[in-house]
Amino acid sequence: MEIPYTVTARPDTGLWNAKVGIWLFLASEVMLFGGLFSAYVFLRLDAEPGAWPHGLLNVPIGTMNTAILIASSVTVVMAWASLKMRKFRAYWWYMLVTILCGVIFLGVKLVYEWPQKFDHFGAFIKKDKLEKYEAYLGNHHLAEKGFPPRTEISGHLHNHEALHDENAKEYEIALDPVNADPTNPEMDRPHFLYRPPTDKIATVEKEDVEYANMFLPKHSAYFASYFTITGLHGAHVLGGVIVFTYLWLPVGTKLYKRNPEHLANRVEVAGLFWHFVDLVWIFVFPLFYLL
Amino acid sequence: MDESHEPIVETAAAADGHAVPDEHAAHDVAKHVRKYLLVGATLLAFTIITVFLSYVNFGTQKANVAVAMLVATFKATLVAAIFMHLSNEKRMIYRILIFTAFFVLGLFFLIYLAWYDPVTR
Repeated sequence: MEIPYTVTARPDTGLWNAKVGIWLFLASEVMLFGGLFSAYVFLRLDAEPGAWPHGLLNVPIGTMNTAILIASSVTVVMAWASLKMRKFRAYWWYMLVTILCGVIFLGVKLVYEWPQKFDHFGAFIKKDKLEKYEAYLGNHHLAEKGFPPRTEISGHLHNHEALHDENAKEYEIALDPVNADPTNPEMDRPHFLYRPPTDKIATVEKEDVEYANMFLPKHSAYFASYFTITGLHGAHVLGGVIVFTYLWLPVGTKLYKRNPEHLANRVEVAGLFWHFVDLVWIFVFPLFYLL
Repeated sequence: MDESHEPIVETAAAADGHAVPDEHAAHDVAKHVRKYLLVGATLLAFTIITVFLSYVNFGTQKANVAVAMLVATFKATLVAAIFMHLSNEKRMIYRILIFTAFFVLGLFFLIYLAWYDPVTR
């Protein structure tokens, strides 16, 4: 069956059909991400003072990934422009770069960022036991400065079995810099460069702990929203990469020979989706990495 | 990727004199290329600025969030207006997006309502 109005405008809408289709889809996407962002706002406003974590993500890596995504937005619009100017070779290269950018973005997320979190551990201390762990929390220092107290001791968990074993009485943690040196004013605000756990070991008794887990979605509202939103965003990046690859493979070449305007329109529509994914990331990056 | 890839068959539309049916005629697109590169560079620059501003203390955390969201909104507007061609689009698209804007603003208005407390405040 021949699909009508793939190239020419439909008289009543004034547009070729896919353009209307993608915008209707993007409108629903705005509501999907809008719902998640408003959930984020609720969770964050409801968090106790000082309980919303800062500086847990790697800022240089996040900045790099942001730049990669922006660059890919430029290359995909250039790919489309090349098709419009009937420069197929340029299109092919721009599209390849776009696909590679998407793959690198996903690779950084799935191979580096997420696993590093899954391997990190945090224990929230019970309110009445905070004093006992003052050496790791530095709350007297924070109170003097008018900052809200710390309640979590985090780092690299040495005895993983303690998470499941009921007979294990304590967690052995190689401390994060903030807990290793909590009264250092440098630790009051998050750092630009990621600092790995130190070799200073703390022993935290399980019965003093309100709740402890690896940095998984269930660790906290912060990580729940982080993994949900970046996960859904990552799924969109994957979807974009798959569509771009399809348009870049010989199928696209064939369509170009038959009807170059049709391929240009497909690339435009896929590009619109890609720009939307970039646009979502523009908000995700500061909200989760910087603030 | 050689001459053989150049279009052999013109589009059906070309036959009746509408080679490129919308405003993005080839010579138009060529003019826009510079603009796309410029917007890309601006977005990269503002990414660096966002990172920098997040390490500046604006007094309260709320102020820092507000500044970051202002910069992000500016970047998002650039993407939507230039890369997504919203600065120059057909009326039909705006009609769709007016509904989206209305509902998404309503969604965020709910947050305000959730915190609105006329009795104790």
